[in-house]
Amino acid sequence: MRQQQDTVPVRPETKARHWVVGYIEAPTGSVPRVATRWTWRERMGAAAVRWHVGRMRYTVEPGLYAVGQPDRDSPLMATANYKLSFDHLRRALHGLAAWIMVVDTRGINVWCAAGKGTFGTREVVRRLAAVEARRLVGHATLILPQLAAPGVAAHNVQQQSGFKVVYGPVRAADLPAFLRAGLHASGAMRKVTFTLRERLAVVPVELVQRVVPAVLVMLAFFLGAGVGPHGYRLAVAQWPGIAAAVGVNFLAGMALTPALLPWLPGRAFALKGAEIGAATGSVLWAVGRYGVAEGVGVALLSVAACSFLGLMFTGCTPYTSASGVRRELRWALPLQIAGAGAGLVVWSLARWR
Amino acid sequence: MKMAYLRDVVSLQLDAEKCIGCGRCLEVCPHGVFVLELGRSRIADRDACMECGACARNCPADALRVKNGVGCAVGILNSALGRKAACCGAAQACCCDGGKEHIEDKEARKA
Repeated sequence: MRQQQDTVPVRPETKARHWVVGYIEAPTGSVPRVATRWTWRERMGAAAVRWHVGRMRYTVEPGLYAVGQPDRDSPLMATANYKLSFDHLRRALHGLAAWIMVVDTRGINVWCAAGKGTFGTREVVRRLAAVEARRLVGHATLILPQLAAPGVAAHNVQQQSGFKVVYGPVRAADLPAFLRAGLHASGAMRKVTFTLRERLAVVPVELVQRVVPAVLVMLAFFLGAGVGPHGYRLAVAQWPGIAAAVGVNFLAGMALTPALLPWLPGRAFALKGAEIGAATGSVLWAVGRYGVAEGVGVALLSVAACSFLGLMFTGCTPYTSASGVRRELRWALPLQIAGAGAGLVVWSLARWR
Repeated sequence: MKMAYLRDVVSLQLDAEKCIGCGRCLEVCPHGVFVLELGRSRIADRDACMECGACARNCPADALRVKNGVGCAVGILNSALGRKAACCGAAQACCCDGGKEHIEDKEARKA
């Protein structure tokens, strides 16, 4: 312990950095050396941001970091300053020696930051200068994550900094194979996937962000259920049924559609969602033992709601184009509004039996 | 399982005359849209394009055009309504942020 205190210089830090395991003396100065194993803290952090807890401020200070014992010939690679991106990168580099240049993306992941250009040519060039990359490595090659490409123009980085850009694989986990192959990524490493695990990983953030609207919808139906031939009376007895119906639709539209995505017929997300809505409405009708009018109302509302939620899921996928979503919105949104309107009318009329 | 979105909708354009066959578009495309044939790039799977804009931004010959944006209904609706999307914070910026334009393009346009 005593010895470690001697070798680890004390420096001002804005955040606790348990993952800094030491410092390396590089030609450009002292560089923090990072751990390549996750502890419970990384696991907890990763789980929390998946539930939208602390997600907006899960950051790493931009700058230079070392993995292993890097030297002038070690690869130099960049990532975003979203801690989940950084954690995945350093874990993938276990047992290797490399320099990590964290660019300032304001705590946003590589792909989303590249889409907006905060992970852009200018930031990369500026950061290369700030970390004195030319004095650090002899090879003048910078490995960027492939998903930074929407933001960075590789030829402009080279022109402005002298560093040749090589795009690494989509997934950090493929970096060791990419490095072994002499900075070559196979076709599979270059492709974005959307596996069941990946689809389910994006669901919790969406659920958390839509809890408030879902509760508001529920309250509206609680109040609406009180209207009838008798005038107005709070229909408290119906509230559990209404809460269940809204809750089931919320979960089906936001979790079941993503889970079953590749198996749902059709290409449009509004259609895939509508299919889940039809199934949900049928189940509710069977379980809720509604009369015909109320059943039709609930089914129409389920189809409209799940279709809309399906469309909302486009933003969570890695393969929908803006032109495609715009085309879908043009025909689907009016239908969803009409379906919801018709459902509401039928559901309300059912109260006048 | 291959993911396929709508047919015949994307705005991707390749000017084969300008292409110098460097292969950068094959390197950056996350959906394998391009193939290199006879020293030139060719669009082999147009419908797989998600308009992320990586190919156009990285083409040194300016041979690619794509109306890039994010395929997110929430972002598109929010920007139509003049609101900021909720998937990144106010002090941050991400692809679904209102306007969706690359900050460097925006500055270049204003300059």
